[in-house]
Amino acid sequence: MSERRIETPALARVEGEGAMHVRLRGDEVLAVELRIYEPPRFFEALLRGRDLAEAPDITARICGICPVAYQTSACQAMEDALGIAVEGQLRALRRLIYCGEWIESHTLHLYLLHAPDFLGYESGFAMAADHGAVVERGLRAKKAGNRLIEVIGGRAVHPVNVRVGGFYRAPERRELEALRPELERCREEALETVRFAAGLEFPELERDYELVCLRSEREGEYPIDDGRIVSSAGIDVAPAQFGDTFEERQVPHSTALHARVRERGSYLTGPLARFNLNRERLSPLAAEAAAEAGIGAGVTNPFRSIVVRAVEILYAFDEALRLIDAYERPAEPAVAWEPRAGVGHGVSEAPRGLLYHRYELDEEGRIATAWIVPPTSQNQRSIEEDLHEFVAANTRLPDDELRHRCEQTIRNYDPCISCSTHFLRLEVERL
Amino acid sequence: MSAPGAKPTLAVWKFASCDGCQLSLLDLEDELLLLADKVEIAQFLEASRATVAGPYDLSLVEGSVTTPADAERIQEVRRASRRLVTIGACATAGGIQALRNFADVEDFAAAVYAEPGYISTLATSTPIAAHVPVDFELHGCPIDRHQLLEVVSAFLAERRPQVPEYSVCIECKRRGNVCVMVAHGTACLGPVTHAGCGAICPAHDRGCYGCFGPMESPNTDSLSGWLRGLGAETPDLVRAYRTFNAAAPAFQAASEKAGR
Repeated sequence: MSERRIETPALARVEGEGAMHVRLRGDEVLAVELRIYEPPRFFEALLRGRDLAEAPDITARICGICPVAYQTSACQAMEDALGIAVEGQLRALRRLIYCGEWIESHTLHLYLLHAPDFLGYESGFAMAADHGAVVERGLRAKKAGNRLIEVIGGRAVHPVNVRVGGFYRAPERRELEALRPELERCREEALETVRFAAGLEFPELERDYELVCLRSEREGEYPIDDGRIVSSAGIDVAPAQFGDTFEERQVPHSTALHARVRERGSYLTGPLARFNLNRERLSPLAAEAAAEAGIGAGVTNPFRSIVVRAVEILYAFDEALRLIDAYERPAEPAVAWEPRAGVGHGVSEAPRGLLYHRYELDEEGRIATAWIVPPTSQNQRSIEEDLHEFVAANTRLPDDELRHRCEQTIRNYDPCISCSTHFLRLEVERL
Repeated sequence: MSAPGAKPTLAVWKFASCDGCQLSLLDLEDELLLLADKVEIAQFLEASRATVAGPYDLSLVEGSVTTPADAERIQEVRRASRRLVTIGACATAGGIQALRNFADVEDFAAAVYAEPGYISTLATSTPIAAHVPVDFELHGCPIDRHQLLEVVSAFLAERRPQVPEYSVCIECKRRGNVCVMVAHGTACLGPVTHAGCGAICPAHDRGCYGCFGPMESPNTDSLSGWLRGLGAETPDLVRAYRTFNAAAPAFQAASEKAGR
């Protein structure tokens, strides 16, 4: 039987560089490999010997799309090592700037990167020619998210105001109040975003993932900035147990390491995991919109992750407004600390999934070792398994269509390849 | 230029980087669709599957050269580009990943990967201009999106971009910031750092950390003396110059001098 081979030399509309290779003999899928060829930048090595206070700024540079996630996980790991707690309005500010990043990153992905797959366009720009009002709505939301990051953090990409212990300067209440009218307008429009996403056509694919995400220890709070690590198969551990629970392995075809649950296998992190395990914790407005969108009972089709992202955008606007309402400028912008030796763990929910940091510090507060596990590295095996199942069920599709659907499958994950510190050319080889 | 009447073509290329600088193009929310109307976006993988064969009127290059394959790819990009502009600290100075230039890259690979042998990498991270002629360099980690719009507009209009080369100090004065070094004794790289960010760090009560790289004629000797006067020890000074523009010549020289 002849070999069939389909290639996409460089995957588009993902952040970073990667390729995919699929080998088929007739209807049998022989191999699916997600190849990440993003040049390694060796962050864990270059952090050695740096001062603990530098970690938020340096690790932000791992990913220009989700720097706040890196800054938050880094700060929390350092604070854990130093034995300090960041609570009250400082913690609220940290959650608020993170809401800005969820909005910015999710709207970029939903409107400009993922929606074109469902509507049959090569890009958001091409989509804008026929769906101008839709794309403009997305850009408005994205801008509101960025504006929130800028007001708290100084700028949208690599904010400068985040530090271990809190912030350099706490914003005045009036600075946040000024954002209200636009955030309120965008919250209204986010209801439209949920309806738009729910109205798309979804390819068939049902998967039984082990879902992994955070669960806030505060009652009734959807996980963003902190919490315990939980899974659909019963994991419930503190961030410090990450290394006992998960492991990373190197594979020859990727510069990103593959993570798995020890002695079990692949797992899924990101919006689907957060939504399925925490949806009772959404705000009433977001929960109602999810129910109207037909996902109130949970989601197992990864193509519907776009609907979950829309619900999370709505939630992030709602939550941001709640946090601004309750904001009172703290007396000090940060909790004071003294360097000391120790080990610290930090974990938060980047828009695309769990982001874990661990640092070992010497007595002068210098970094002795660093371990960073980004979401895309954790999701790689699940992406390959999705592709395997999708291709096996759709081998009759012509090469072009199969290639396009495979790319869409990968984009379900909003993979951030540059942040797989350690992503996409698509090749389908039919034997 | 493209054929008369045709839209000029814009290409965006990525080398070793965080994607933040090309994201700055997508962060031009108010101008993005207008820009997409004025130019043909011929190659921009982060945003589009569609690719158009070169040559391109303007190429924006993000990222540094860190692998043998990328050292060859930048030559192809240059050949396909009428004008080539590098964007961001990685492309203009080697980026944070240029910290390997001061260390042994094999140690670096071994610290991250169980099988470093699978990893193809160069011993150094180098700016694009070390490999091919560059028509304009836009600094910053990340670049400022309004400066990016100015640079793209200038090249489309066939004029020189209006991007100031003075230091962050000038931006601080314009913004009316109190000098954090004079008033609070906070270490600040503002006097030697290229303007463009809008002096955001001092505006947030922190010292500049040099993410836009060295200004045109930085007096790092003088600044190093002042920083020592504020209590900075040698390792602090070396680290201060060795961040996102560690391999920019003026900062590299300053860190080496401070470390002697």
